[in-house]
Amino acid sequence: MLNENTQNAGQGKLCAALEKCEHYQKFRAALDKCEHYQKFKAYCVKVLALSNDSLEKTIAIAVALCLVCAVLVSMAAVALRPLQVNNKELDMKRNILDVAGLLTEGSDIDKAFAERIESKLVNLETGDYVDSMNADEYDQRKAAKDPAQSVAIPKDKDIAHIRVKAKVAKVFLVKEGGAIKSIILPINGYGLWSTLYGFLSLDPDGQTVQSINFYDQAETPGLGGEVVNPAWRALWKGKKVYAETDQPSLEKGLIEEADIGEPALSLIKGAVDNTKPGSEYQVDGLAGASLTSTGVTNLIRYWMSKEGFAPYLAKVRTVKGAKS
Amino acid sequence: MSEILNDETKKVLIEPLIENNPITLQVLGICSALAVTSQMSTSLIMALALTMVTAFSSAAISAIRNHIPSSIRIIVQMTIIASLVIVVDQLLKAFAYEISKQLSVFVGLIITNCIVMGRAEGYAMKNPPLESFIDGIGNGLGYSLILIIVSFVRELLGSGKLLGIEILPLIKDGGWYQPNGLMLLPPSAFFLIGLLIWAVRQWKPGQREQVEFKIMSIAHGEGGHH
Repeated sequence: MLNENTQNAGQGKLCAALEKCEHYQKFRAALDKCEHYQKFKAYCVKVLALSNDSLEKTIAIAVALCLVCAVLVSMAAVALRPLQVNNKELDMKRNILDVAGLLTEGSDIDKAFAERIESKLVNLETGDYVDSMNADEYDQRKAAKDPAQSVAIPKDKDIAHIRVKAKVAKVFLVKEGGAIKSIILPINGYGLWSTLYGFLSLDPDGQTVQSINFYDQAETPGLGGEVVNPAWRALWKGKKVYAETDQPSLEKGLIEEADIGEPALSLIKGAVDNTKPGSEYQVDGLAGASLTSTGVTNLIRYWMSKEGFAPYLAKVRTVKGAKS
Repeated sequence: MSEILNDETKKVLIEPLIENNPITLQVLGICSALAVTSQMSTSLIMALALTMVTAFSSAAISAIRNHIPSSIRIIVQMTIIASLVIVVDQLLKAFAYEISKQLSVFVGLIITNCIVMGRAEGYAMKNPPLESFIDGIGNGLGYSLILIIVSFVRELLGSGKLLGIEILPLIKDGGWYQPNGLMLLPPSAFFLIGLLIWAVRQWKPGQREQVEFKIMSIAHGEGGHH
Protein backbone atom coordinates (compact mmCIF):
# COMPACT_ATOMS: atom_id res chain seq x y z
CA MET A 1 0.00 0.00 0.00
CA LEU A 2 1.18 3.48 -0.73
CA ASN A 3 1.85 5.83 2.10
CA GLU A 4 -1.15 8.15 2.52
CA ASN A 5 1.13 10.86 3.92
CA THR A 6 3.25 11.02 0.79
CA GLN A 7 0.19 11.59 -1.33
CA ASN A 8 -1.16 14.25 1.00
CA ALA A 9 2.21 16.00 1.12
CA GLY A 10 2.29 16.11 -2.68
CA GLN A 11 -1.21 17.56 -2.78
CA GLY A 12 -0.25 20.11 -0.11
CA LYS A 13 2.67 21.39 -2.16
CA LEU A 14 0.50 21.80 -5.24
CA CYS A 15 -2.15 23.64 -3.27
CA ALA A 16 0.44 25.97 -1.73
CA ALA A 17 1.75 26.82 -5.19
CA LEU A 18 -1.79 27.48 -6.38
CA GLU A 19 -2.60 29.68 -3.39
CA LYS A 20 0.33 31.94 -4.27
CA CYS A 21 -0.84 32.42 -7.86
CA GLU A 22 -2.60 35.75 -8.27
CA HIS A 23 -4.77 34.62 -11.19
CA TYR A 24 -5.93 31.62 -9.27
CA GLN A 25 -7.00 33.83 -6.39
CA LYS A 26 -8.94 36.11 -8.73
CA PHE A 27 -10.51 33.09 -10.36
CA ARG A 28 -11.53 31.68 -6.97
CA ALA A 29 -13.02 35.00 -5.88
CA ALA A 30 -15.05 35.24 -9.09
CA LEU A 31 -16.24 31.66 -8.70
CA ASP A 32 -17.24 32.20 -5.09
CA LYS A 33 -19.36 35.18 -6.08
CA CYS A 34 -21.13 33.25 -8.83
CA GLU A 35 -24.48 32.02 -7.66
CA HIS A 36 -24.70 29.21 -10.23
CA TYR A 37 -21.32 27.83 -9.21
CA GLN A 38 -22.44 27.69 -5.59
CA LYS A 39 -25.59 25.83 -6.62
CA PHE A 40 -23.52 23.46 -8.78
CA LYS A 41 -21.08 22.84 -5.95
CA ALA A 42 -23.86 22.08 -3.52
CA TYR A 43 -25.41 19.66 -6.04
CA CYS A 44 -22.07 17.89 -6.58
CA VAL A 45 -21.58 17.41 -2.86
CA LYS A 46 -25.12 16.08 -2.58
CA VAL A 47 -24.75 13.63 -5.48
CA LEU A 48 -21.36 12.35 -4.38
CA ALA A 49 -22.77 11.62 -0.94
CA LEU A 50 -25.53 9.47 -2.45
CA SER A 51 -25.30 5.72 -2.56
CA ASN A 52 -23.38 4.48 -5.62
CA ASP A 53 -26.36 2.47 -6.78
CA SER A 54 -28.97 5.23 -6.65
CA LEU A 55 -30.51 6.15 -9.98
CA GLU A 56 -29.70 9.83 -9.63
CA LYS A 57 -26.02 9.24 -9.00
CA THR A 58 -25.79 6.71 -11.82
CA ILE A 59 -27.21 9.22 -14.29
CA ALA A 60 -25.17 12.12 -12.90
CA ILE A 61 -21.92 10.14 -13.09
CA ALA A 62 -22.69 8.95 -16.62
CA VAL A 63 -23.44 12.49 -17.83
CA ALA A 64 -20.40 14.00 -16.10
CA LEU A 65 -18.08 11.31 -17.44
CA CYS A 66 -19.38 11.69 -20.97
CA LEU A 67 -18.90 15.45 -20.79
CA VAL A 68 -15.32 15.17 -19.58
CA CYS A 69 -14.42 12.50 -22.15
CA ALA A 70 -16.14 14.40 -24.96
CA VAL A 71 -14.21 17.56 -24.13
CA LEU A 72 -10.93 15.60 -23.99
CA VAL A 73 -11.52 13.87 -27.32
CA SER A 74 -12.70 16.98 -29.13
CA MET A 75 -9.81 19.00 -27.78
CA ALA A 76 -7.34 16.44 -29.09
CA ALA A 77 -9.12 16.25 -32.44
CA VAL A 78 -9.37 20.00 -32.94
CA ALA A 79 -5.89 20.83 -31.65
CA LEU A 80 -4.15 18.19 -33.76
CA ARG A 81 -6.23 18.62 -36.90
CA PRO A 82 -3.96 21.14 -38.67
CA LEU A 83 -0.96 18.85 -38.11
CA GLN A 84 -2.84 15.82 -39.42
CA VAL A 85 -4.13 17.60 -42.51
CA ASN A 86 -0.64 18.85 -43.18
CA ASN A 87 0.78 15.33 -42.79
CA LYS A 88 -1.74 13.95 -45.23
CA GLU A 89 -1.08 16.62 -47.84
CA LEU A 90 2.66 16.29 -47.46
CA ASP A 91 2.42 12.54 -47.82
CA MET A 92 0.34 12.88 -50.99
CA LYS A 93 2.74 15.41 -52.48
CA ARG A 94 5.66 13.18 -51.59
CA ASN A 95 4.01 10.28 -53.41
CA ILE A 96 3.31 12.36 -56.50
CA LEU A 97 6.88 13.67 -56.61
CA ASP A 98 8.08 10.11 -56.11
CA VAL A 99 6.13 8.73 -59.06
CA ALA A 100 7.29 11.66 -61.18
CA GLY A 101 10.87 10.76 -60.29
CA LEU A 102 11.42 14.19 -58.79
CA LEU A 103 11.83 13.14 -55.18
CA THR A 104 15.31 13.72 -53.84
CA GLU A 105 16.42 13.00 -50.32
CA GLY A 106 16.11 15.99 -48.03
CA SER A 107 14.47 18.30 -50.53
CA ASP A 108 11.64 20.63 -49.58
CA ILE A 109 8.55 18.71 -50.68
CA ASP A 110 6.16 21.66 -50.61
CA LYS A 111 8.50 23.80 -52.67
CA ALA A 112 9.35 21.08 -55.19
CA PHE A 113 5.66 20.27 -55.62
CA ALA A 114 4.65 23.89 -56.14
CA GLU A 115 7.43 24.44 -58.67
CA ARG A 116 7.23 21.28 -60.73
CA ILE A 117 3.76 19.79 -60.51
CA GLU A 118 0.58 21.16 -62.04
CA SER A 119 -2.76 19.78 -60.85
CA LYS A 120 -5.55 19.50 -63.43
CA LEU A 121 -9.11 18.21 -63.27
CA VAL A 122 -10.29 15.94 -66.05
CA ASN A 123 -13.81 14.95 -66.99
CA LEU A 124 -13.46 11.20 -67.37
CA GLU A 125 -16.29 10.84 -69.86
CA THR A 126 -15.16 13.43 -72.38
CA GLY A 127 -11.49 13.61 -71.50
CA ASP A 128 -11.60 17.41 -71.34
CA TYR A 129 -10.08 19.57 -68.65
CA VAL A 130 -12.55 21.00 -66.14
CA ASP A 131 -11.72 24.61 -65.38
CA SER A 132 -14.81 25.50 -63.36
CA MET A 133 -13.53 23.82 -60.19
CA ASN A 134 -10.48 24.50 -58.08
CA ALA A 135 -8.02 21.67 -58.66
CA ASP A 136 -6.13 22.25 -55.42
CA GLU A 137 -9.21 21.77 -53.26
CA TYR A 138 -10.72 18.85 -55.16
CA ASP A 139 -10.47 15.45 -53.49
CA GLN A 140 -11.15 12.63 -55.92
CA ARG A 141 -11.49 9.96 -53.24
CA LYS A 142 -14.08 12.03 -51.40
CA ALA A 143 -15.91 12.77 -54.65
CA ALA A 144 -16.08 9.06 -55.47
CA LYS A 145 -18.10 8.55 -52.28
CA ASP A 146 -20.48 11.43 -53.02
CA PRO A 147 -23.42 10.23 -55.15
CA ALA A 148 -23.74 13.66 -56.77
CA GLN A 149 -20.16 13.64 -58.01
CA SER A 150 -19.76 9.99 -58.90
CA VAL A 151 -21.21 7.36 -61.18
CA ALA A 152 -21.80 3.68 -60.54
CA ILE A 153 -19.77 1.39 -62.79
CA PRO A 154 -21.81 -1.31 -64.54
CA LYS A 155 -20.97 -4.74 -63.13
CA ASP A 156 -19.65 -6.18 -66.39
CA LYS A 157 -17.24 -3.29 -66.84
CA ASP A 158 -16.08 -3.15 -63.23
CA ILE A 159 -12.96 -5.27 -63.60
CA ALA A 160 -11.14 -3.30 -60.90
CA HIS A 161 -13.98 -4.01 -58.41
CA ILE A 162 -14.34 -0.43 -57.25
CA ARG A 163 -18.13 -0.09 -57.87
CA VAL A 164 -18.12 3.72 -58.20
CA LYS A 165 -15.83 6.30 -59.69
CA ALA A 166 -15.74 10.07 -59.48
CA LYS A 167 -16.93 11.86 -62.62
CA VAL A 168 -13.95 14.15 -62.43
CA ALA A 169 -10.41 12.89 -61.89
CA LYS A 170 -7.47 14.84 -60.60
CA VAL A 171 -4.37 14.35 -62.73
CA PHE A 172 -0.94 15.89 -62.34
CA LEU A 173 1.37 17.16 -65.04
CA VAL A 174 5.07 17.75 -64.94
CA LYS A 175 6.05 20.39 -67.46
CA GLU A 176 9.37 21.52 -68.69
CA GLY A 177 9.52 24.68 -70.78
CA GLY A 178 5.80 24.50 -71.52
CA ALA A 179 5.88 20.93 -72.83
CA ILE A 180 4.48 18.06 -70.82
CA LYS A 181 7.16 15.77 -69.44
CA SER A 182 5.01 13.32 -67.55
CA ILE A 183 1.33 12.63 -67.05
CA ILE A 184 0.46 11.33 -63.60
CA LEU A 185 -2.86 9.53 -63.29
CA PRO A 186 -4.62 8.40 -60.11
CA ILE A 187 -5.54 4.70 -60.15
CA ASN A 188 -7.29 2.40 -57.73
CA GLY A 189 -8.63 -1.12 -57.60
CA TYR A 190 -9.17 -4.13 -55.41
CA GLY A 191 -6.33 -6.52 -54.60
CA LEU A 192 -6.62 -9.33 -52.07
CA TRP A 193 -7.50 -7.60 -48.81
CA SER A 194 -7.80 -3.97 -49.69
CA THR A 195 -8.38 -1.36 -52.33
CA LEU A 196 -5.02 -0.21 -53.64
CA TYR A 197 -4.67 3.51 -54.34
CA GLY A 198 -1.81 4.76 -56.40
CA PHE A 199 -0.45 6.83 -59.24
CA LEU A 200 0.75 5.82 -62.67
CA SER A 201 3.13 8.14 -64.41
CA LEU A 202 3.27 8.08 -68.22
CA ASP A 203 5.42 9.66 -70.87
CA PRO A 204 3.79 12.45 -72.90
CA ASP A 205 2.90 9.85 -75.54
CA GLY A 206 0.35 8.47 -73.05
CA GLN A 207 1.73 5.04 -73.73
CA THR A 208 5.10 4.47 -72.09
CA VAL A 209 5.15 3.95 -68.33
CA GLN A 210 7.57 6.05 -66.31
CA SER A 211 6.72 4.75 -62.86
CA ILE A 212 4.01 3.43 -60.59
CA ASN A 213 3.45 4.06 -56.92
CA PHE A 214 0.83 2.71 -54.49
CA TYR A 215 0.38 5.01 -51.53
CA ASP A 216 -2.52 3.34 -49.77
CA GLN A 217 -2.88 -0.43 -49.55
CA ALA A 218 -3.22 -3.14 -46.94
CA GLU A 219 -2.01 -6.20 -48.82
CA THR A 220 -0.08 -8.91 -46.99
CA PRO A 221 3.23 -7.40 -45.87
CA GLY A 222 6.11 -9.08 -47.68
CA LEU A 223 3.91 -10.68 -50.35
CA GLY A 224 1.24 -8.46 -51.93
CA GLY A 225 2.60 -5.58 -49.87
CA GLU A 226 5.68 -5.71 -52.11
CA VAL A 227 3.79 -3.42 -54.53
CA VAL A 228 5.61 -0.64 -52.69
CA ASN A 229 9.05 -2.27 -53.16
CA PRO A 230 11.25 0.11 -55.18
CA ALA A 231 12.96 -2.83 -56.93
CA TRP A 232 9.63 -4.12 -58.26
CA ARG A 233 8.40 -0.65 -59.14
CA ALA A 234 11.55 -0.07 -61.19
CA LEU A 235 10.49 -2.94 -63.48
CA TRP A 236 7.64 -0.81 -64.79
CA LYS A 237 9.85 1.79 -66.43
CA GLY A 238 9.56 1.72 -70.21
CA LYS A 239 6.65 -0.73 -70.32
CA LYS A 240 3.85 0.04 -72.73
CA VAL A 241 0.20 0.33 -71.78
CA TYR A 242 -1.72 -0.04 -75.06
CA ALA A 243 -1.28 -2.69 -77.69
CA GLU A 244 0.09 -0.97 -80.78
CA THR A 245 -1.47 -2.25 -83.94
CA ASP A 246 0.80 -0.72 -86.48
CA GLN A 247 3.19 1.96 -85.54
CA PRO A 248 4.91 3.78 -88.36
CA SER A 249 3.64 7.08 -86.99
CA LEU A 250 5.29 6.43 -83.63
CA GLU A 251 8.70 6.93 -85.17
CA LYS A 252 7.77 10.47 -86.03
CA GLY A 253 6.55 11.15 -82.53
CA LEU A 254 3.02 11.20 -83.83
CA ILE A 255 0.52 8.66 -82.66
CA GLU A 256 -2.73 8.32 -84.48
CA GLU A 257 -5.69 7.24 -82.43
CA ALA A 258 -6.20 4.30 -84.75
CA ASP A 259 -2.82 2.93 -83.73
CA ILE A 260 -3.86 2.71 -80.15
CA GLY A 261 -5.49 -0.54 -79.21
CA GLU A 262 -6.86 -1.87 -75.96
CA PRO A 263 -4.80 -1.74 -72.77
CA ALA A 264 -2.51 -4.76 -72.89
CA LEU A 265 -0.19 -4.26 -69.96
CA SER A 266 -0.35 -7.10 -67.45
CA LEU A 267 1.49 -8.80 -64.64
CA ILE A 268 2.59 -12.32 -65.48
CA LYS A 269 3.64 -15.23 -63.32
CA GLY A 270 7.37 -15.36 -62.81
CA ALA A 271 9.94 -13.13 -64.44
CA VAL A 272 9.56 -11.44 -67.81
CA ASP A 273 11.92 -12.56 -70.56
CA ASN A 274 12.91 -9.22 -72.05
CA THR A 275 14.11 -10.74 -75.32
CA LYS A 276 10.72 -12.13 -76.29
CA PRO A 277 8.31 -10.07 -78.39
CA GLY A 278 5.49 -8.64 -76.32
CA SER A 279 7.63 -8.35 -73.21
CA GLU A 280 7.08 -4.58 -73.27
CA TYR A 281 3.51 -5.27 -72.16
CA GLN A 282 4.52 -7.53 -69.29
CA VAL A 283 5.70 -6.90 -65.76
CA ASP A 284 6.90 -9.52 -63.26
CA GLY A 285 4.10 -10.72 -61.02
CA LEU A 286 4.57 -10.50 -57.27
CA ALA A 287 5.89 -13.76 -55.86
CA GLY A 288 3.34 -15.46 -53.62
CA ALA A 289 0.67 -12.87 -54.36
CA SER A 290 -1.29 -13.95 -57.44
CA LEU A 291 -4.47 -12.20 -56.30
CA THR A 292 -2.74 -8.88 -55.69
CA SER A 293 -1.00 -9.24 -59.07
CA THR A 294 -4.32 -9.92 -60.81
CA GLY A 295 -5.77 -6.94 -58.98
CA VAL A 296 -2.99 -4.68 -60.23
CA THR A 297 -3.43 -5.93 -63.80
CA ASN A 298 -7.16 -5.31 -63.60
CA LEU A 299 -6.89 -1.86 -62.15
CA ILE A 300 -4.37 -0.82 -64.81
CA ARG A 301 -6.60 -2.21 -67.55
CA TYR A 302 -9.66 -0.53 -66.09
CA TRP A 303 -8.17 2.92 -65.66
CA MET A 304 -6.45 2.84 -69.03
CA SER A 305 -9.64 1.74 -70.82
CA LYS A 306 -12.37 3.96 -72.26
CA GLU A 307 -14.03 3.82 -68.84
CA GLY A 308 -10.93 5.44 -67.37
CA PHE A 309 -8.36 7.72 -68.92
CA ALA A 310 -8.33 6.59 -72.55
CA PRO A 311 -10.43 9.58 -73.77
CA TYR A 312 -8.20 11.98 -71.88
CA LEU A 313 -4.98 10.41 -73.08
CA ALA A 314 -6.25 10.50 -76.65
CA LYS A 315 -6.69 14.26 -76.33
CA VAL A 316 -3.36 14.89 -74.65
CA ARG A 317 -1.65 12.89 -77.37
CA THR A 318 -3.49 14.74 -80.10
CA VAL A 319 -2.44 18.05 -78.64
CA LYS A 320 1.14 16.93 -78.59
CA GLY A 321 1.00 15.52 -82.11
CA ALA A 322 -0.44 18.76 -83.46
CA LYS A 323 2.36 20.79 -81.95
CA SER A 324 5.24 18.75 -83.26
CA MET B 1 12.19 8.10 -6.12
CA SER B 2 13.21 5.47 -3.57
CA GLU B 3 10.23 6.15 -1.34
CA ILE B 4 7.82 5.80 -4.27
CA LEU B 5 9.44 2.59 -5.45
CA ASN B 6 8.78 0.59 -2.35
CA ASP B 7 8.49 -3.19 -2.43
CA GLU B 8 4.81 -3.31 -3.35
CA THR B 9 5.27 -0.88 -6.25
CA LYS B 10 8.27 -2.80 -7.52
CA LYS B 11 6.27 -5.99 -7.43
CA VAL B 12 3.42 -4.36 -9.36
CA LEU B 13 5.88 -3.08 -11.97
CA ILE B 14 8.15 -6.11 -12.37
CA GLU B 15 5.80 -9.02 -11.90
CA PRO B 16 3.84 -8.64 -15.17
CA LEU B 17 7.09 -8.91 -17.17
CA ILE B 18 7.56 -12.67 -16.72
CA GLU B 19 5.97 -13.98 -13.53
CA ASN B 20 2.49 -12.76 -14.43
CA ASN B 21 2.85 -11.77 -18.08
CA PRO B 22 -0.50 -10.77 -19.61
CA ILE B 23 0.25 -12.63 -22.86
CA THR B 24 2.13 -15.76 -21.80
CA LEU B 25 0.38 -16.46 -18.49
CA GLN B 26 -3.04 -14.87 -18.85
CA VAL B 27 -3.14 -15.28 -22.66
CA LEU B 28 -4.77 -11.87 -23.16
CA GLY B 29 -4.30 -9.34 -25.95
CA ILE B 30 -3.30 -11.97 -28.51
CA CYS B 31 -5.14 -10.49 -31.50
CA SER B 32 -3.05 -7.35 -31.81
CA ALA B 33 0.09 -9.34 -30.96
CA LEU B 34 -0.57 -11.38 -34.11
CA ALA B 35 -1.44 -8.48 -36.34
CA VAL B 36 1.22 -5.85 -35.75
CA THR B 37 4.35 -7.94 -35.14
CA SER B 38 5.54 -8.41 -38.71
CA GLN B 39 7.76 -5.36 -38.27
CA MET B 40 9.57 -4.09 -35.19
CA SER B 41 8.74 -0.43 -35.78
CA THR B 42 4.98 -1.01 -35.73
CA SER B 43 5.33 -3.31 -32.71
CA LEU B 44 7.23 -0.69 -30.75
CA ILE B 45 4.67 2.01 -31.46
CA MET B 46 1.81 -0.36 -30.68
CA ALA B 47 3.51 -1.39 -27.41
CA LEU B 48 4.02 2.25 -26.46
CA ALA B 49 0.41 3.13 -27.30
CA LEU B 50 -0.99 0.21 -25.32
CA THR B 51 1.25 0.93 -22.32
CA MET B 52 0.15 4.56 -22.26
CA VAL B 53 -3.53 3.70 -22.59
CA THR B 54 -3.37 1.00 -19.89
CA ALA B 55 -1.50 3.26 -17.46
CA PHE B 56 -3.64 6.35 -17.89
CA SER B 57 -6.97 4.53 -18.04
CA SER B 58 -6.09 2.56 -14.91
CA ALA B 59 -5.13 5.77 -13.11
CA ALA B 60 -8.30 7.57 -14.21
CA ILE B 61 -10.58 4.68 -13.33
CA SER B 62 -8.86 4.25 -10.00
CA ALA B 63 -9.27 7.96 -9.21
CA ILE B 64 -13.05 7.72 -9.48
CA ARG B 65 -13.37 4.08 -8.37
CA ASN B 66 -15.31 4.95 -5.21
CA HIS B 67 -18.00 6.75 -7.18
CA ILE B 68 -18.54 4.37 -10.09
CA PRO B 69 -22.06 2.94 -9.91
CA SER B 70 -21.73 -0.82 -10.18
CA SER B 71 -24.55 -1.10 -12.72
CA ILE B 72 -22.67 0.97 -15.33
CA ARG B 73 -19.17 -0.03 -14.20
CA ILE B 74 -18.04 -1.60 -17.47
CA ILE B 75 -19.51 1.22 -19.58
CA VAL B 76 -17.68 3.81 -17.47
CA GLN B 77 -14.41 1.90 -17.92
CA MET B 78 -14.98 1.54 -21.66
CA THR B 79 -15.77 5.24 -22.06
CA ILE B 80 -12.53 6.25 -20.37
CA ILE B 81 -10.47 3.70 -22.31
CA ALA B 82 -12.10 4.61 -25.64
CA SER B 83 -11.47 8.32 -25.10
CA LEU B 84 -7.81 7.70 -24.35
CA VAL B 85 -7.43 5.45 -27.38
CA ILE B 86 -8.92 8.11 -29.65
CA VAL B 87 -6.50 10.67 -28.23
CA VAL B 88 -3.57 8.29 -28.82
CA ASP B 89 -4.77 7.63 -32.38
CA GLN B 90 -5.01 11.37 -33.05
CA LEU B 91 -1.52 11.90 -31.62
CA LEU B 92 -0.10 9.17 -33.85
CA LYS B 93 -1.78 10.65 -36.92
CA ALA B 94 -0.27 14.02 -36.07
CA PHE B 95 3.25 12.99 -35.07
CA ALA B 96 3.93 9.54 -36.58
CA TYR B 97 1.87 9.54 -39.77
CA GLU B 98 3.69 6.72 -41.58
CA ILE B 99 3.43 4.34 -38.62
CA SER B 100 -0.20 5.24 -37.99
CA LYS B 101 -0.96 4.32 -41.60
CA GLN B 102 0.60 0.88 -41.08
CA LEU B 103 -1.13 0.28 -37.75
CA SER B 104 -4.45 1.37 -39.29
CA VAL B 105 -7.30 -0.17 -37.30
CA PHE B 106 -5.17 -1.82 -34.65
CA VAL B 107 -4.73 1.36 -32.63
CA GLY B 108 -8.51 1.69 -32.47
CA LEU B 109 -8.75 -1.93 -31.42
CA ILE B 110 -6.78 -1.20 -28.23
CA ILE B 111 -10.25 -0.31 -26.90
CA THR B 112 -11.19 -3.97 -26.96
CA ASN B 113 -7.78 -5.22 -25.85
CA CYS B 114 -8.40 -7.54 -22.94
CA ILE B 115 -5.28 -6.38 -21.11
CA VAL B 116 -6.60 -2.83 -20.71
CA MET B 117 -10.04 -3.99 -19.59
CA GLY B 118 -8.53 -6.68 -17.39
CA ARG B 119 -6.33 -4.25 -15.49
CA ALA B 120 -9.16 -1.75 -15.12
CA GLU B 121 -11.55 -4.34 -13.73
CA GLY B 122 -9.03 -6.47 -11.89
CA TYR B 123 -6.72 -3.92 -10.34
CA ALA B 124 -7.71 -0.27 -10.77
CA MET B 125 -11.18 -0.74 -9.27
CA LYS B 126 -9.62 -1.76 -5.95
CA ASN B 127 -6.35 0.19 -5.69
CA PRO B 128 -5.27 3.86 -5.48
CA PRO B 129 -4.42 5.84 -8.66
CA LEU B 130 -0.62 5.90 -8.46
CA GLU B 131 -0.37 2.16 -7.92
CA SER B 132 -2.89 1.52 -10.68
CA PHE B 133 -0.84 3.71 -12.98
CA ILE B 134 2.30 1.70 -12.22
CA ASP B 135 0.37 -1.53 -12.61
CA GLY B 136 -0.74 -0.30 -16.03
CA ILE B 137 2.85 0.51 -16.99
CA GLY B 138 3.99 -2.91 -15.74
CA ASN B 139 1.39 -4.81 -17.72
CA GLY B 140 2.02 -2.63 -20.76
CA LEU B 141 5.71 -3.50 -20.51
CA GLY B 142 4.88 -7.20 -20.19
CA TYR B 143 2.87 -6.96 -23.41
CA SER B 144 5.66 -4.91 -25.03
CA LEU B 145 8.28 -7.51 -24.12
CA ILE B 146 6.40 -10.30 -25.92
CA LEU B 147 5.62 -8.05 -28.89
CA ILE B 148 9.28 -7.10 -29.24
CA ILE B 149 10.49 -10.71 -29.03
CA VAL B 150 7.91 -11.91 -31.57
CA SER B 151 8.49 -9.03 -33.99
CA PHE B 152 12.27 -9.46 -33.66
CA VAL B 153 12.02 -13.05 -34.88
CA ARG B 154 9.38 -12.30 -37.50
CA GLU B 155 11.10 -9.33 -39.08
CA LEU B 156 14.55 -10.94 -38.98
CA LEU B 157 13.51 -14.25 -40.52
CA GLY B 158 10.68 -12.89 -42.67
CA SER B 159 12.39 -9.98 -44.35
CA GLY B 160 16.01 -10.16 -43.16
CA LYS B 161 15.73 -6.76 -41.51
CA LEU B 162 15.51 -5.24 -38.06
CA LEU B 163 13.73 -1.90 -37.73
CA GLY B 164 13.95 -1.65 -41.51
CA ILE B 165 17.76 -2.00 -41.54
CA GLU B 166 19.09 -4.93 -43.53
CA ILE B 167 20.72 -7.62 -41.38
CA LEU B 168 20.55 -10.71 -43.58
CA PRO B 169 21.08 -9.79 -47.25
CA LEU B 170 18.29 -11.34 -49.32
CA ILE B 171 18.88 -13.49 -52.39
CA LYS B 172 16.73 -11.21 -54.53
CA ASP B 173 19.03 -8.30 -53.63
CA GLY B 174 22.16 -10.34 -54.37
CA GLY B 175 22.69 -11.76 -50.87
CA TRP B 176 22.40 -15.30 -49.50
CA TYR B 177 19.30 -15.32 -47.30
CA GLN B 178 16.06 -16.84 -48.54
CA PRO B 179 13.35 -15.17 -46.43
CA ASN B 180 10.71 -17.28 -44.75
CA GLY B 181 7.40 -15.99 -46.10
CA LEU B 182 5.41 -17.69 -43.36
CA MET B 183 7.01 -15.34 -40.83
CA LEU B 184 5.23 -12.43 -42.49
CA LEU B 185 1.79 -13.98 -42.10
CA PRO B 186 -0.17 -13.76 -38.83
CA PRO B 187 -0.13 -17.53 -38.14
CA SER B 188 3.62 -17.40 -37.54
CA ALA B 189 2.97 -15.17 -34.52
CA PHE B 190 0.66 -17.89 -33.22
CA PHE B 191 3.49 -20.42 -33.42
CA LEU B 192 6.00 -18.05 -31.87
CA ILE B 193 3.73 -17.08 -28.97
CA GLY B 194 2.91 -20.76 -28.43
CA LEU B 195 6.61 -21.60 -28.31
CA LEU B 196 7.23 -18.70 -25.94
CA ILE B 197 4.48 -19.84 -23.58
CA TRP B 198 5.92 -23.35 -23.67
CA ALA B 199 9.43 -22.06 -22.95
CA VAL B 200 8.28 -19.86 -20.07
CA ARG B 201 6.27 -22.68 -18.52
CA GLN B 202 9.22 -25.07 -18.78
CA TRP B 203 11.37 -22.49 -17.04
CA LYS B 204 8.76 -21.66 -14.40
CA PRO B 205 6.65 -24.78 -13.82
CA GLY B 206 4.46 -22.83 -11.37
CA GLN B 207 2.76 -21.21 -14.37
CA ARG B 208 1.44 -24.48 -15.72
CA GLU B 209 -2.29 -24.81 -15.48
CA GLN B 210 -3.80 -27.60 -13.42
CA VAL B 211 -5.53 -30.23 -15.51
CA GLU B 212 -9.23 -29.64 -15.00
CA PHE B 213 -10.30 -33.16 -15.83
CA LYS B 214 -8.62 -36.43 -16.61
CA ILE B 215 -9.30 -38.41 -19.75
CA MET B 216 -10.28 -41.90 -18.64
CA SER B 217 -8.66 -44.81 -20.36
CA ILE B 218 -11.17 -47.12 -21.99
CA ALA B 219 -11.38 -50.51 -20.34
CA HIS B 220 -9.97 -53.31 -22.45
CA GLY B 221 -12.34 -55.71 -24.12
CA GLU B 222 -15.13 -53.18 -24.70
CA GLY B 223 -15.98 -52.70 -28.37
CA GLY B 224 -13.20 -54.99 -29.41
CA HIS B 225 -10.37 -52.37 -29.72
CA HIS B 226 -6.93 -53.68 -29.00
